Amino acid sequence: MRLDELSAGMNAVIDHIETRTADDIVARRLGELGFVPGEPVKVVAVGPFGGDPMAVKIGFTRFALRRTEAARVILKERA
Amino acid sequence: MVETLPLRAALVGNPNCGKTSLFNQLTGSRQKVANYAGVTVERKEGRLTTPAGRAVRLLDLPGAYSLEATSPDEAVTRDVCAGRYRGEAAPELLICVLDATNLRLHLRFGLEVCRLGRPTIIVLNMLDAAEKEGLKIDLPRLAAELGTPVVGVVAIRKNGAADLLALLDNPPVMPPVLREADGGDIHATVRRLLTECVTRPAVASEALEDRLDRWVLHPVWGLVILLALMFVMFQAVFSWAQPPMDAIESGMTAFGELIRSLLPAGLIRSLLVDGILAGAGTVVVFLPQILILFLWILVLEESGYLPRAAFLLDRVMASAGLSGRSFIPLLSSFACAVPGIMATRTIQNPRDRLVTILIAPLMTCSARLPVYALLISAFIPKRLVGGVFNQQGLVLFGLYMVGIGSGLAVAWAMKRREVTTEHPLLMELPAYRLPSLRDLVLGLWQRAVIFLSRVGTIIVTLSVLLWALSSFPAPPAGATGAPIDYSLAGRLGHLMLPLFAPIGFTWQICVALIPGLAAREVAVSALATVYAVGGSETDAASQLTPILSSQWSLATALSLLAWYVYAPQCFATLAVIRRETGGWKVVAQTAGYLFGLAYLASFLTWRIALALGWGPS
Repeated sequence: MRLDELSAGMNAVIDHIETRTADDIVARRLGELGFVPGEPVKVVAVGPFGGDPMAVKIGFTRFALRRTEAARVILKERA
Repeated sequence: MVETLPLRAALVGNPNCGKTSLFNQLTGSRQKVANYAGVTVERKEGRLTTPAGRAVRLLDLPGAYSLEATSPDEAVTRDVCAGRYRGEAAPELLICVLDATNLRLHLRFGLEVCRLGRPTIIVLNMLDAAEKEGLKIDLPRLAAELGTPVVGVVAIRKNGAADLLALLDNPPVMPPVLREADGGDIHATVRRLLTECVTRPAVASEALEDRLDRWVLHPVWGLVILLALMFVMFQAVFSWAQPPMDAIESGMTAFGELIRSLLPAGLIRSLLVDGILAGAGTVVVFLPQILILFLWILVLEESGYLPRAAFLLDRVMASAGLSGRSFIPLLSSFACAVPGIMATRTIQNPRDRLVTILIAPLMTCSARLPVYALLISAFIPKRLVGGVFNQQGLVLFGLYMVGIGSGLAVAWAMKRREVTTEHPLLMELPAYRLPSLRDLVLGLWQRAVIFLSRVGTIIVTLSVLLWALSSFPAPPAGATGAPIDYSLAGRLGHLMLPLFAPIGFTWQICVALIPGLAAREVAVSALATVYAVGGSETDAASQLTPILSSQWSLATALSLLAWYVYAPQCFATLAVIRRETGGWKVVAQTAGYLFGLAYLASFLTWRIALALGWGPS
């Protein structure tokens, strides 16, 4: 499951970040912002138009991510 | 004292770590704002003296999430920190500011900075907030792990940086000795440091952010709140500013009367009263409105609301081919397009950045406010609509909306010619914060100085020039018409008239358009000068409103309003576009398309107003 498929108010844990191109700036920046394997994430809110972008809480920080960006975040399947 | 040269220190940190508050706390008003050589990233330097009397030159570097730069701002920070920036001496000390309540994110950057191998102080800001949340941070342990001094500060509290100042008396001279124990994995180090040095309360209560964001980011209520805020902001610009504006205006009139009574009639009195006072006075009057607008923008920015507005509007911006990131530069452009265009540096995507630069001048800047305010107060009756809304405020709101709508339309039109690529948003929604009074006052002070020095230099110079143009040559003896008809300005105005008559402009407006190119608000003072010299009574600064409403038709006023929604941009904007894009091509495009749009909009407005019977009687 990917982060963009998570609905508002739901929690999950990051499995890994998918790199789309050889030099994927978005994927690298996600890592620098703390989107690393094992971190819990929560979708705080989704945008008013088409549910895009999404506000994601990771640790104590919130980030606004477009769905295409969130789709790079692969979540752990719940056991 | 052993040292004679001041210590060169640089503040670094993530965006939203409270770095600028700390900078303001440390340096107060001893700040110099300029640009880095070659680029337009803002360079802020200040001076301070430590308790023991040691002088420190402190550089406030742009906020960065990583030294792997993805924007021009971050590139400046990376290069200055590494001592690779040309024309900038390598800092002798790095002061790395981390938000104590958000160490999970900020500590990673702190580690990157420590790894640079320069003498470093780690500053944990907002220690009070961290304690309130029940966080216990073991500073000595953290300092031992990082191998460099760690101090806590509360940047927004008086004397909140005392520990840091004391440490600056004897700053570290050796680079940090990091204990690398996690195989070089920076995230693993962060996690280890958090478990070893930070104790959290077992059950965290629901944070303020959670409760506020439920409303502020709500799909419906969020938009309602945003619209209400914007609407109140523009109403406030008109209503709150009125008393101070009235005071300034009567002060200016009294001053003019005083000079008139002291000096004999003649060229010098005319220059002082009609040229300088009428010119500068009509513009200084708008200082309260401009400050109120800036106050709103500063409060929204400092409180952490602006990125949330960007979140709500991202999809709207995306439909115009932009990202929510463009919202902040565009909102700044409501104050002035120059800082707005400079703020586009935070947009990583070059195309998004270019489009934002091109449409920034369509956001109604504060320099247009004097023109709008003058015309609205002269032609739009002051009455309540629906019992609550000031009709003048509504018209102003409408003008702003037309600007925004046009900007989005232009962005959309430009997007259609492009291949679609991904435009990243990836934006932090920072914690809500009560804006500190000191930061607001300093911010407003800097704006007031910029505005007044513009009045002092460009506007007074142009007013005097225009006064000369409209006073010479003097009418021949026995001439019957108004003196200005014989002057250079009058002739120039008549010369331009064939081009502008189809959109309802008078030759006096044509005269005022010329200096309006240099700075839009000068158009108001230019009108004052033209009518002051043209009329029999020379006390026009305070009488401009009734003169305009008696001499122009409503259609002319509306056409001029439409003109000013689009054009012309001021030279400062064109100059900053040239600097930001490194060429004249975009400058020519911007100026050209705006002139075309302005002419078209004025033409349509004029025709429609004529058809409605609002033309000259």
